[in-house]
Amino acid sequence: MFAYAVRRLGIGAVLLLSLTLVTYFLFFAVPSDPAKQACGKNCNEEQIEQTRVALGYDKPWIAQWGDFMTGLVKGRDFPADEELRANNPNIVTHCAAPCMGFSFVNQQTVNEILSGAFPISASIAVVALVFWVTGGVLFGILAAMTKGSFLDRGLVGLTLIAYAFPSFFIGKFLITYVSIKWGWVEYPAYLSIEEGGVSGWLSSLFLPALTLALLFLAGYVRITRSYVLESLSEDYIRTAKAKGLSQRTMIFKHALRAALTPLVTMIGLDFAGLLGGAIITENVFAYNGLGVVALQSFTSDDLPTMVGLVILIGSFVILANIIVDILYAVIDPRVRLG
Amino acid sequence: MSEAFLSIRDLKVHFPTTDGIVKATDGLSYDLEKGKTLGIVGESGSGKSVSSSAIMGLYRGTNAQVSGQIILEGSDLLTLTDSEMRDMRGKDVSMIFQDPLSAMHPYYTVGNQIAEAYKVHNDVSKKAARSRAIEMLDRVGIPQPDRRVDDYPHQFSGGMRQRAMIAMGLINDPKLLIADEPTTALDVTVQAQILDLLQDLQRDFEAAVIIITHDLGVVAEMADDVLVMYAGRAVEYGSNKEIFTQPQMPYTWGLLSSIPDVTGDTDVPLIPIPGNPPSLLNPPKGCAFHPRCPHRDKVPDGRCATELPELLAQGSVPTHLSRCHLTDPDRVYEQEVLPMIAPDRVGES
Amino acid sequence: MSETMSTAPAGGAPAAEPEDDAILQVRNLKMYFPVKSTGIIRRTIGHVQAVDGVSFRVPAGGSLGLVGESGCGKSTTGRMVTRLYEPTGGSIMFDGQDITKINARGLKPLRREIQMIFQDPYTSLNPRHTVGSIVGAPLRIHGVLPKDKVLGRVQELLEIVGLNPEHYNRYPHEFSGGQRQRIGIARALTLQPKLLVADEPVSALDVSIQAQVINLLRDLQKEFNIAFLFIAHDLAVVRHFCPEVAVMYLGKIVEVGDRETLYNHPNHPYTQALLSAVPDVSQATIGGRRERIRLEGDVPSPINPPSGCRFRTRCPIAKDICAAVEPPLLQIGPRHKVACHFPGEIGAHPTEPVTQRLLGVDAHGQPDPGASPVEIPSGPGYSDTWFDLRSNALGRS
Ligand SMILES: Nc1ncnc2c1ncn2[C@@H]1O[C@H](COP(=O)(O)OP(=O)(O)OP(=O)(O)O)[C@@H](O)[C@H]1O
Ligand SMILES: Nc1ncnc2c1ncn2[C@@H]1O[C@H](COP(=O)(O)OP(=O)(O)OP(=O)(O)O)[C@@H](O)[C@H]1O
Ligand code: SF4
Ligand SMILES: [Mg+2]
Ligand SMILES: [Mg+2]
Repeated sequence: MFAYAVRRLGIGAVLLLSLTLVTYFLFFAVPSDPAKQACGKNCNEEQIEQTRVALGYDKPWIAQWGDFMTGLVKGRDFPADEELRANNPNIVTHCAAPCMGFSFVNQQTVNEILSGAFPISASIAVVALVFWVTGGVLFGILAAMTKGSFLDRGLVGLTLIAYAFPSFFIGKFLITYVSIKWGWVEYPAYLSIEEGGVSGWLSSLFLPALTLALLFLAGYVRITRSYVLESLSEDYIRTAKAKGLSQRTMIFKHALRAALTPLVTMIGLDFAGLLGGAIITENVFAYNGLGVVALQSFTSDDLPTMVGLVILIGSFVILANIIVDILYAVIDPRVRLG
Repeated sequence: MSEAFLSIRDLKVHFPTTDGIVKATDGLSYDLEKGKTLGIVGESGSGKSVSSSAIMGLYRGTNAQVSGQIILEGSDLLTLTDSEMRDMRGKDVSMIFQDPLSAMHPYYTVGNQIAEAYKVHNDVSKKAARSRAIEMLDRVGIPQPDRRVDDYPHQFSGGMRQRAMIAMGLINDPKLLIADEPTTALDVTVQAQILDLLQDLQRDFEAAVIIITHDLGVVAEMADDVLVMYAGRAVEYGSNKEIFTQPQMPYTWGLLSSIPDVTGDTDVPLIPIPGNPPSLLNPPKGCAFHPRCPHRDKVPDGRCATELPELLAQGSVPTHLSRCHLTDPDRVYEQEVLPMIAPDRVGES
Repeated sequence: MSETMSTAPAGGAPAAEPEDDAILQVRNLKMYFPVKSTGIIRRTIGHVQAVDGVSFRVPAGGSLGLVGESGCGKSTTGRMVTRLYEPTGGSIMFDGQDITKINARGLKPLRREIQMIFQDPYTSLNPRHTVGSIVGAPLRIHGVLPKDKVLGRVQELLEIVGLNPEHYNRYPHEFSGGQRQRIGIARALTLQPKLLVADEPVSALDVSIQAQVINLLRDLQKEFNIAFLFIAHDLAVVRHFCPEVAVMYLGKIVEVGDRETLYNHPNHPYTQALLSAVPDVSQATIGGRRERIRLEGDVPSPINPPSGCRFRTRCPIAKDICAAVEPPLLQIGPRHKVACHFPGEIGAHPTEPVTQRLLGVDAHGQPDPGASPVEIPSGPGYSDTWFDLRSNALGRS
């Protein structure tokens, strides 16, 4: 198992590097000029050209990628142009390894940007994950147990409606009603654990996490419902019933256990989709997480930040998949023991 | 009849479906004495499994309509509350199934699943249940039971899985064990091991056993009494010897004449039952077998097609019952059927 | 007592059955499936020896039954004969031609002559095609009939297998299991094959329907002179259908013979155990269960089969030699071969290995320097001289 995880991590690292390569390639394949963007609206040709050299955008893209890789391994100094650095030592920023680059748009290293935004996004994502998985499983079981009833149809229908509504709408709704009008929770503003303690942190996350969770909830209700129903018609459930087990034991011990594999698969897949949801949620709630960073970097052609995001998010998706594969083995002895 | 250990009376199990009502069991009656083995045979879909699952109360809480009486030691199982029935299941009555791989949960160890059957009905610690499971695995002939108890079902061979299922079925000393095709998925040599085991254990546990199978050879070797089912009803019922030597009902004749056996004459052609199994949505009127019956013309006035024959004693043996309008089935059997299926046995009895 | 085994008929008697009436002769056929390791680089870490050197023959218009327990290699053998699998070794002579050497192009005419009937009538028919197009497909693929004649031929075939020709436009799901199996048989018959490989053709059917299908196959065999390789695990069905039967265990044929000898005088302990394990209907009159040879344990893995005789781990009469040397498939009667060091009827197995001198080993299977081993014919058919168990010598005819 350990060797397997190590091998998978190795493959993951190679995959990540290829991803950055592709990002560089694609970035330069589209007809836009990052130097012009960085220089500002009123720059003339010459100024743009200077900026280009200063930022290192004049080199071939593959060489830029090479510089980026060097930074990852050894660390780098910015701006990229050596001459400029030599002449103006006061504007030099050192970025220690693993350096993901320097964002001229934000005048910060990418590492700084990401480490500021990451905890916010991670907090929302984790709490949302807990919300939608527990909610999805519980509602799914409830729906399965009352199959065909009003409750069953109601649960499935409601979660579908929540899924169908755009996230920004739900977010706005929650802010306006739950927080402002009804005053059930405070107006959402991010508090880290240091700032607000665990309870403050959690309550600051409640609404955004809920918004994000509602996006995924419907799928989990349905998948839990259908897998629990499916496994209820399995022979081993008949055996369990023939032993004299109660309905509850049958569902929670036998049927749900069998539904774990598809659930874990789905969580692994949704990890990749989380960013899309986060972009909207964070923007609605104005939480400066990765979603906000991502949106900004795309609109301002901020290549270093984009590449940093690719690495960070890519790592998590890869890690999530490794964990999912390990979980398969934990859940299913047939995988574990061959 | 009231002293019988198990009495099934007019049992009906109907499944409402979008196409109509499937009458899977439609007026089944039989008795079983304590410590005896009843073999149930019949075509696929004749209601063997459904009627037995109904004894276990497996259709409670589903849309199946179950009616009639299932009297086990004087009390009607159909009148029990759900929780009374749950206490009964796996304790007084237990069941083992055809495919032991799919009948076990793939994610739990064999020991866990066997111990679970013990723990639901006995207030014991986990450890005690586990050692009871080991003891049972040993009883059913699993080598090194203390090690194998922690194996998962997929690590067992087919025969070992079925042994484990039997261990699970017998762990609470049931009074009645229902074995639904316990050896159908197994090879003959393994089947022989399992049948031996069932017989030995039945002697020790003194349980009554219902063995459902489509293999007439298994019935012939295992059963004390035989019940032949057709289209959800009993069509013939009697002692093992009676059924195989003096069968009275044309469907039973058809069954016996359509199987080759390992010792018989190979030149005797098999005589298949013509036609196809009946629809349970719309079973034939009168005798359900009449569309396929080669003897229906012997019954006057076309009664076979209009009137359901009663399950009655037709010959000299009062416990040998059959459901057929033929007035002298023994003569028809001796003169018309036997010469075709076992010419060497004509005139023997 | 002659120590050499000549293949020439002793006394010049004509061969009881000339080899050339065989439509199929299989010689030393092997199928090893590679077992791969898990991981990035999938190395081959072993082989499933699914079939390991089987030889048999099927006479034109005749039937050979292949029986044995699950996983012994019956289906694999059938699939090699139909060339669904490429054999690892050995030869398959069909109609005088070695079909293991045929390339993909040459296979097409072969597919007309060798057809297969499958076990499961539910999954082997495409649910989206009508019965007519299923049965007619081989005709179209091989272009044997002009288009306008196909319909007539298909209806004729449906009639032959006892289906209503008007069912031409129906779909498989509208038929019962027995009827579907008939459709499969009609499809196999379309091109008038010379050999039908029937892999458990009735196992999935109800007993009453089984008899219909078996009778149908019998009639067809008589009418069209089709040879059958009939694979089944039901010994009674095989006995009923096949005048000659081979018993397989873990990839090898352990005993083969004509049906009377094999069922009434089995000489291999495995055949004996297998036969004694079959529940017998006639037991009802006697009461109780038959005395049987109990086999302990399970069939070993074909990845790592036991040394010597593969049955030795479960064999009630195994001795040292069984672990040391593999017993050859030795002819011990006019139409009877057995692969056991101690062949004999139940209770009459010899105490000393009869193969000892033929193989040039001592009673424990250790090489015996003084002995002169004999070449034992390993071909598919029978020869006119055989090893006589009573005199313990070769050369009886
Ligand atoms: N839950 C159900 N809903 C509808 N029909 C059902 C249900 N369960 C069983 N049936 C039908 O009832 C009939 C009897 O089924 P049963 O399983 O008792 O047959 P069986 O005699 O055990 O046959 P087999 O030998 O194939 O096991 C079949 O036609 C089956 O399709
Ligand atoms: N494609 C394959 N790859 C690897 N192993 C295989 C393959 N096909 C068959 N085997 C193995 O070869 C052995 C023989 O299989 P085969 O299907 O021929 O058995 P069989 O005698 O037909 O059994 P059954 O009665 O269960 O059909 C088995 O151990 C099987 O697991
Ligand atoms: S009642 Fe009639 S149709 Fe039914 S089995 Fe008897 S003779 Fe045949
Ligand atoms: Mg059944
Ligand atoms: Mg097979």
